[in-house]
Amino acid sequence: MLADRDRIFTNLYGDGDWRLAGAQGRGDWDGTKDLVLKGREWIVEQVKASDLRGRGGAGFPAGLKWSFMPRASPDGRPSYLVINADESEPGTCKDRDIMRNDPHKLVEGALIAGVGMGAHTGYIYIRGEFYREAERLNAAIDEAYVAGLIGKNACGSGYDFDLYVHRGAGAYICGEETGLLESLEGNKGQPRLKPPFPATAGLYGCPTTVTNVETVAVVPTILRRGAAWFAALGRPKNTGTKLFCISGHVNTPCNVEEEMGIPLKELIERHAGGVRGGWDNLLAIIPGGSSVPLIPRSICDTVLMDFDSLREVRSGLGTAAVIVMDKSTDIVKAIARLAHFYKHESCGQCTPCREGCGWLMRIMDRMAVGDAHAAEIDMLEDISRRIEGHTICALGDAAAWPVQGLIRHFRPELERRIAAFQAARSVAAE
Amino acid sequence: MVKLTIDGEVYDVPAGLTVLQASEIAGKEIPRFCYHERLAIAGNCRMCLVEVEKSPKPVASCAWPIAEGMVVKTQSEMTKRARHGVMEFLLINHPLDCPICDQGGECDLQDQAMAYGMGASRFEELKRAVPEKDFGPLVKTFMTRCIHCTRCVRFLDDVAGVEELGAVNRGEKTEIATYVERSLSSELSGNIVDLCPVGALTSKPYAFAARPWELTKTESVDVLDAVGAAIRVDARGPQVLRVLPRLNEDVNEEWISDKTRFACDGLLRQRLDVPMVRDDGRLRPASWVEAFGRIADRLKGAPGERIAALAGDLVDAESTYLLRRLLDALGSPHRDCRQDGAALDPSCRAGYVFNTTIAGIEAADACLLIGTDPRREAPVLNARLRKRWLAGRFPVVAVGDVGTPTLAVETLGAGPRTLQDLLDGKLPFARVLKDAKAPMMILGMGALARPDGAHVLHAARTLAEAAGMVREGWNGFNVLHTAAGRVGALDAGFVPDAGGRDTMGILQGAGDGSIAVVILHGADEIDTRRLGSAFVVYIGHHGDRGAHRADVILPGAAYTEKDAIYVNTEGRAQIGRRAAFPPGEARADWAIVRALSEALGHTLPFDDLAAVRRGLAGLGGAFAAIGTVVPAAWGAFGRAGAMAEASFVSPIAEFYMTDPISRASPTMAQCIAARAGSAKATGTHG
Repeated sequence: MLADRDRIFTNLYGDGDWRLAGAQGRGDWDGTKDLVLKGREWIVEQVKASDLRGRGGAGFPAGLKWSFMPRASPDGRPSYLVINADESEPGTCKDRDIMRNDPHKLVEGALIAGVGMGAHTGYIYIRGEFYREAERLNAAIDEAYVAGLIGKNACGSGYDFDLYVHRGAGAYICGEETGLLESLEGNKGQPRLKPPFPATAGLYGCPTTVTNVETVAVVPTILRRGAAWFAALGRPKNTGTKLFCISGHVNTPCNVEEEMGIPLKELIERHAGGVRGGWDNLLAIIPGGSSVPLIPRSICDTVLMDFDSLREVRSGLGTAAVIVMDKSTDIVKAIARLAHFYKHESCGQCTPCREGCGWLMRIMDRMAVGDAHAAEIDMLEDISRRIEGHTICALGDAAAWPVQGLIRHFRPELERRIAAFQAARSVAAE
Repeated sequence: MVKLTIDGEVYDVPAGLTVLQASEIAGKEIPRFCYHERLAIAGNCRMCLVEVEKSPKPVASCAWPIAEGMVVKTQSEMTKRARHGVMEFLLINHPLDCPICDQGGECDLQDQAMAYGMGASRFEELKRAVPEKDFGPLVKTFMTRCIHCTRCVRFLDDVAGVEELGAVNRGEKTEIATYVERSLSSELSGNIVDLCPVGALTSKPYAFAARPWELTKTESVDVLDAVGAAIRVDARGPQVLRVLPRLNEDVNEEWISDKTRFACDGLLRQRLDVPMVRDDGRLRPASWVEAFGRIADRLKGAPGERIAALAGDLVDAESTYLLRRLLDALGSPHRDCRQDGAALDPSCRAGYVFNTTIAGIEAADACLLIGTDPRREAPVLNARLRKRWLAGRFPVVAVGDVGTPTLAVETLGAGPRTLQDLLDGKLPFARVLKDAKAPMMILGMGALARPDGAHVLHAARTLAEAAGMVREGWNGFNVLHTAAGRVGALDAGFVPDAGGRDTMGILQGAGDGSIAVVILHGADEIDTRRLGSAFVVYIGHHGDRGAHRADVILPGAAYTEKDAIYVNTEGRAQIGRRAAFPPGEARADWAIVRALSEALGHTLPFDDLAAVRRGLAGLGGAFAAIGTVVPAAWGAFGRAGAMAEASFVSPIAEFYMTDPISRASPTMAQCIAARAGSAKATGTHG
């Protein structure tokens, strides 16, 4: 269990003052000038050494990603930092609490990340529904400007850094990094083809790195306490602390900062008051937000909560949004509901996702009541595989995985429903 | 060069290509819907997915850059599976109503479903249906068939330069639509019919008219503007049913204007299909013999200087050349092909052609438009200007009215005064022109077809020389014609001979009686009231203004009904071919002139078309080098003198109706009505 002294987000629950004074009291903005003056290479080296992996879901090594930004701009194009605060993954609410209760962690992190990438301008693309959070974030940025922490000669370091908040309009796809850039530019939020990657041609065609709120917010603390401290937490390649969002059938749903690699069972029992009706009442857990495949109780018993452990059980850490479902859950209907979500949020740009998500949804709706043939289970799996990996962005994958997880672990349930439905129909026919 | 392996064989291909392009070089077909060579890459249909070694997922080959040592597998299991999947997804919500779809038989989706599909469907849900859209009188929509490739959107955004289509809504509810329902306003809108890989966008006038395999396809050139776009004329029997673009990188790439495409229904209406003579003020059908006899009677004893001829805008070079020879034989010096009175100087060819060439626009780095509205006068050429402008660093300024351009054009002024200021170096743009490496100017008929046209021409030449537009290897002086027959007629010498009268002079002479006989060779754009009491012979194909005034009508062939040479505004001679026979007793124009010469006792020594073409080739220039542009020697042209104050105004008042064919076209009339209607009622007018 994470010791209190190792917590990064010390005001996650809003017990203290979120404003600059409170943040400084918690150690934020302490010696930021020195961190900036240590320079770009040092910052990237430290982030690399900490083994910090992106907290947005894909878990790409953050230092490596930052290092892709060009050293110097031969053609005069600026570099941009874009912070993805379009937190829309169902089950996830970590970035929201950071911005609500600890916005200065993000603002300071933005400056540091900006220096690390050679960007003098940062944009925070915040989900439109996060209205109050955007207010607080803007207030925190204003405070930082007034205090000379960002803006011209940020923190007195001689580095200029401007930070802007842009509110989205609530489309899930605008959380995809290139869809976000399109939206930020004022276009319809549709993901771009990669390559070119944003580090080559991103916002307005300029080198850009899009990075998650939590990733940015933890960096100042890592730099202050040392990469070694962060790397010592968790397991190799899965280091540090992580915000977990525990929701669903638990006694006390919560956001909590924990060490990476904590056993799932311990996480739930210690912080969320355990599964409703006891651990034995557990049916399945979606461990990383709606996009990752669910894992049944048998796996939940032992699995560790980090990127690689969850990948080994063919799921994923994702955004670390733990959705707990007890035995009262209609698991097929639950996944069918997710299929509705992805059908609704598909941007419609590329064929497999546009057409496939609706198809998945319709079959899932029938599966929920058993109105299907047993052979359609394999067909459903096959259709999901024809979406996965064939689309421009990862939304297609995200739509396919929950269905695949369901089939992998709850096939007997699907078959039972189909048999029951057919039996009922044949009775009715007689 | 980059070395890569495609399907087990190693290829050397130029760097910078995509996997799809490299595969094409290797002769591997890769199916695609959204990808189009001339449009921005979208990568959204996913049909072109192929396996590339070391990539865990199949990649969209249309957008994937090649790399040294790459191993591409276009026939692997992964590739096939991806294609099957995408094709299945495309078809689940496609209505599969091929039997009632106009795209049937020339449908990418049909063809590729045959080649790459699974053959059976697993989809048992209900299909999506999408409400029809009203894109106006040209483009018929059946949006349920749409596969969302966005080719139409990208074409209108990028090539046509009007952002009128977009994808509204999200996911499977995505629809291609105009934001507020209205007709498309682009003069190039018909091209989205060709671009649409399925039957979602089809030609409205051609709806349910024919199947592609019933049509005879004839490669020809367009005459409805002076660009000379390469076209394919599709006819069934005597009837031209549609006109499609053909590839010609030098001229139209693969676009044609809506007039070129859709005015072909004008070929069926208002046709002159039998010779006519005027008796007691009324025209009546007659035989060819009688009509020729009537002309011979009238010409008998008429001295050459009382005979004149005017050539129209759609005339072919052969018949114009023969008519000139006939006038020579009759001893008449009075002839002109500039029926609008444009002050084109026939003495120097560089002074009346588009010297830069259309493809050459892409090498220019600054452009001055004088008295021209390229969007309405030559939409396809305008697309090339826009293409150049999109590439960046291409300032375009205008003197005179440019209408609603599809590229950023700064209007410096309205008329000659601004031109003079440019000449005097008073405007900053004079500096831009001087500094440019390849500056160009486009001189329109709006600047030349006016009483002081010769002075404007002189001023423009002076400016071109002063700005360094004309030098070794580059000629930035361009005249943009609006008449397809004009350059050919000028080249064929259909201009006043020594002591001859030009258009204005002929009309004046006819009015005061000094000209007794006027032969109108398809000349319809003149004020026929000014012909006075002259005896008028009309050779042409439509019952338009000229025919109404005629005393004898000799029915000719429209451009789709004869083999003929046209010289476009660049001075490029191109051959149009017969797609259908002329109606009734109408004949090819050259044959009419040849027969007339015989009836008049001045038999011209040309017994077949080949002989006429040999005669034309003897004139040298373009006629000796069909299909190419022969650079014209620079020289002096225009006449120094004071220019008037009047503004330059484009001669094209109505894009959709500029000539006898488009004036007879119901489709073009609908376009005008639709535009008038949409101007009245937009979404904000309740």
